[in-house]
Amino acid sequence: MIRSLRPLSLAALLVAAIALMAGCAKQSNEIVIGEYGSLTGTTATFGISSKNGIELYLDNLNAAGGIGGTKVKVIVEDDQSKPEEAATAVNKLVDQDGVIAVLGEVASSRSMAAAPICQQSGVPMISPSSTNPKVTEIGDYIFRVCFIDPFQGQMIAKFAKEKLGLTKAAVFRDIKNDYSVGLASYFTDAYHALGGTIVADAAYSEGDQDFKAQLTVIKSKKPQVLIVPGYYTEVGLIARQAREMGLDVPMVGGDGWVSDKLIEIGQDALNGCYHVNHYWEEDPNPAIQKFVTEYKSRYNAKPDGLAALAYDAAGVLTSALDRLRTEDPAAFKALLGPRNDAQKSARAKLRDRIASTKDYPGVTGRITLDAARNAVKPAVFVGIKNGKYEFVAAVEP
Amino acid sequence: MQELFQQLANGIAWGSIYALIALGYTMVYGILRLINFAHGDVYMVGAFAAYYLALATGAGGAAASLPMALLVLLGSMLVCALVGMLIEFLAYRPVRRSSRLTALITAIGVSLFLENVGLRVFGADPKFFPQLIPPKRITLAGGIMVTNHQITVVVVSILLMVALTLFIQRTKTGKAMRAVAFHRDAASLMGIPVNRIITITFAIGSALAAAAGVLVGLTNPKIEPLMGIMPGIKAFVAAVLGGIGSIPGAVIGGLVMGVSEYLVVGYVSSTYRDAIAFVILILVLLIRPAGLLGRNVAEKV
Amino acid sequence: MSPRKSSFARGLRWVAAALALSLGVDRLAVQWINPYFYRILVLCGLNVMLALSLNLVNGITGQFSIGHAGFMAVGAYASAAFTVYAVPQLFGVGPDASGLVIVGPLLLALLVGGLTSAAAGFLVGLPSMRLRGDYLAIVTLGFGEIIRVVILNIDAVGGARGFAGIPRRTDLAWVIAGALTTWVVLRNVLRSYHGRAFLAIREDEIAAEALGVPTTRYKVTAFVIAAFFAGVAGALFAHYTYLHTNSFTFMKSIEVIVMVVLGGMGSLLGSVLGATVLTALPEALRFASSERLIIYSLLLIVLMIARPQGILGKTEGKRGK
Repeated sequence: MIRSLRPLSLAALLVAAIALMAGCAKQSNEIVIGEYGSLTGTTATFGISSKNGIELYLDNLNAAGGIGGTKVKVIVEDDQSKPEEAATAVNKLVDQDGVIAVLGEVASSRSMAAAPICQQSGVPMISPSSTNPKVTEIGDYIFRVCFIDPFQGQMIAKFAKEKLGLTKAAVFRDIKNDYSVGLASYFTDAYHALGGTIVADAAYSEGDQDFKAQLTVIKSKKPQVLIVPGYYTEVGLIARQAREMGLDVPMVGGDGWVSDKLIEIGQDALNGCYHVNHYWEEDPNPAIQKFVTEYKSRYNAKPDGLAALAYDAAGVLTSALDRLRTEDPAAFKALLGPRNDAQKSARAKLRDRIASTKDYPGVTGRITLDAARNAVKPAVFVGIKNGKYEFVAAVEP
Repeated sequence: MQELFQQLANGIAWGSIYALIALGYTMVYGILRLINFAHGDVYMVGAFAAYYLALATGAGGAAASLPMALLVLLGSMLVCALVGMLIEFLAYRPVRRSSRLTALITAIGVSLFLENVGLRVFGADPKFFPQLIPPKRITLAGGIMVTNHQITVVVVSILLMVALTLFIQRTKTGKAMRAVAFHRDAASLMGIPVNRIITITFAIGSALAAAAGVLVGLTNPKIEPLMGIMPGIKAFVAAVLGGIGSIPGAVIGGLVMGVSEYLVVGYVSSTYRDAIAFVILILVLLIRPAGLLGRNVAEKV
Repeated sequence: MSPRKSSFARGLRWVAAALALSLGVDRLAVQWINPYFYRILVLCGLNVMLALSLNLVNGITGQFSIGHAGFMAVGAYASAAFTVYAVPQLFGVGPDASGLVIVGPLLLALLVGGLTSAAAGFLVGLPSMRLRGDYLAIVTLGFGEIIRVVILNIDAVGGARGFAGIPRRTDLAWVIAGALTTWVVLRNVLRSYHGRAFLAIREDEIAAEALGVPTTRYKVTAFVIAAFFAGVAGALFAHYTYLHTNSFTFMKSIEVIVMVVLGGMGSLLGSVLGATVLTALPEALRFASSERLIIYSLLLIVLMIARPQGILGKTEGKRGK
């Protein structure tokens, strides 16, 4: 009996040691928000992009004086690309660090793991890039600033069928990625509803390097268009290999294609392809140009779609905070204070401000949050010609 | 029918890569009875070494030419030979007399180390491997489409494998390697410098893995630090399939792995692409554990 | 009092004490520590179950299993499917139920998870009949990967989007009870005649066979028992946090291996220690999270070179030597 107690007391001691090391939330003169993302692990590149976008926005904001003089501090936690770690990270942010809002995550599965914790604790959460409709259904404290799969799937179907006039499509989805699986399934439904036929439905896994086996089969079914609702990390190679095999039909994709790596890897193979983008790169809008230039000079790469969405998520949150400050200064002040009932009701008011976001001028479009707390914003289809983007069509929601 | 031949053609090109990596596995296993888990990651290091070399020398853009491509290839082979020797000296030599489980766990540790240092140093984002040779579509008889890159892969692989076989069969060092693989202690009693032979084995195996990395960069020009995990495991299965310790076996094993992967993905389901490797492994080990070309070594009591 | 009766009474007293302990700690934890630390304790308990069960195969029986996360996955998904699809029909207990009524269904779900995983353990253990160490390792690795791919393709359990809708029923009490059970069962196995057989296989399989120990049967049994407890841990996990195959990758198997190796392969207390340290330490060292895996890998290498027996060595306490 005593022996069985020993391991348990060891565990308790260790945890107590950590507890002692931790501080407790106290009055400060900064707004503290939390961010969780996959900074390590298999999808590290997406988490790092998002972190960069948020960092860039907040640094600019703080340099300009913050929210009416109050600076914003962000505590970043890594979730190692694992859903259970996402929940642990958010637990730490909410319960240990006492953040008043949370930004994250890219992968819907990790947002789904963390959202219940935010909802239960009354801490607003804004996901920059999770597209599974179920994420915001978890509760009224959960928001997102990106398209949801049903909307984007339908847009792509309409584009392929009506704008390009192509009726026979092949779908090539990433079976390991929830974004790709979701988008593919909504595209398929919408395309059928519009009268198109799916002649081939193939799958690959994220991380795969070689797609020729599946492309051979797809080619034999003679599609008119190849829909690839995956991430840029594989699309460049897929395009190359398709062309190498003589499959020369246009390819269409979603906002997962957005990255300068896409054309870097795919190059000429991508000519005649189209994808959804949040912004049109040559858009003369100074805010967009500023974002692209600053990101490039700071991080040595053009921002990908995830960085842009994260940038806007930070913006939507801070603009809501700013509105709270002007409309209800007492509540704003409570946010700076300790975790008590006053702060809890202040967070509820912050939630209301976020929910009423209307026409926020983001780099990914004018963002309005609807009753389901999803972003309603126009999308842009861009085409690739001679290795450069050209604007093709804008789709209003 | 044309589709089948197309899959076969692609499978052979892809299988040559597995064969090159499998050679390193089979040589190290033959000599040390150790599955060098880190071998797949050495392949990754080779691809990245070539990437940085190509960027530094401009071999990928303006100066693209055959001699430059060869320079990059040899350069990365050299880098990986050094990496392999370092790994053997620092991590494997101290556990050479330890239990098999200990050595296996050490190998897993080295593999993890290479992957995560790679993530840290190279960055998690995928990189575009420079085009050392400009790509060209080539149509063979029967409408089968391949690229000049794929042909390069097959030709270079064959050349390297022939060179290796000649080395093992005709040179004194090669003979010493065969002796150490046969019976380490007896070879040492015969005056063969066992440590040096083991080091050379690692160097050659790693160099071949680097070559595979460069060739993969040619045909599938996206590289990232975790790219070596799956090819490493599949190449190991290829080595077992062909008969661990047998060099022609590794070649045949690699080709079979490549082709069967393509056939499974094309005609069964692409989701089981990685699973096919393990299924083959289980079948081989249950039906003919010595592999296609291996000898059945009785276990001494 | 006859020996039989007293040992039964003793067993009953033990069960009561374990239940009291589990519930007591849980109530205290809920009252006094914040949800973040509570969660760490839960995850720690689950890792203890995983490390202890893996130790049976790797440490005590000396086999090479590097796909342990696969068993956890099987248990997690089987129990989750049971709770979501079968329990409402069979017991009328829907996902919103709470209180005492969920105890039975959860216990049943844990059993379903554990038994399904044990069946998987049987399948994976069978090749051990013909396979030598390194090859068995690759097969177990393969199993872990194949099970993930298979689950990814089953739409009914969510596939790549994860399994949403599983009611959260696990709490610290269940986890402590699970960890205690695993500990007691394995400790009793180790102390028994069977335990000596497992150890004999580890020390010298051929000699054990020559002495009449049915080695294949024992090896497969080790896998089955280990898989059972890993499956129960997986089931508890599934009813605690969002279920997705990304939680059961090769990395998870490696993390459990590091726990067992650090604590000492063959020492049950060592596994508990290793699991606790490697659950709590990464939390304390969050600032170094991007270096975490580099540290783990170096730890593995250095341990194997300098102290392969881990912190607490290869045998339990003073027994054996």
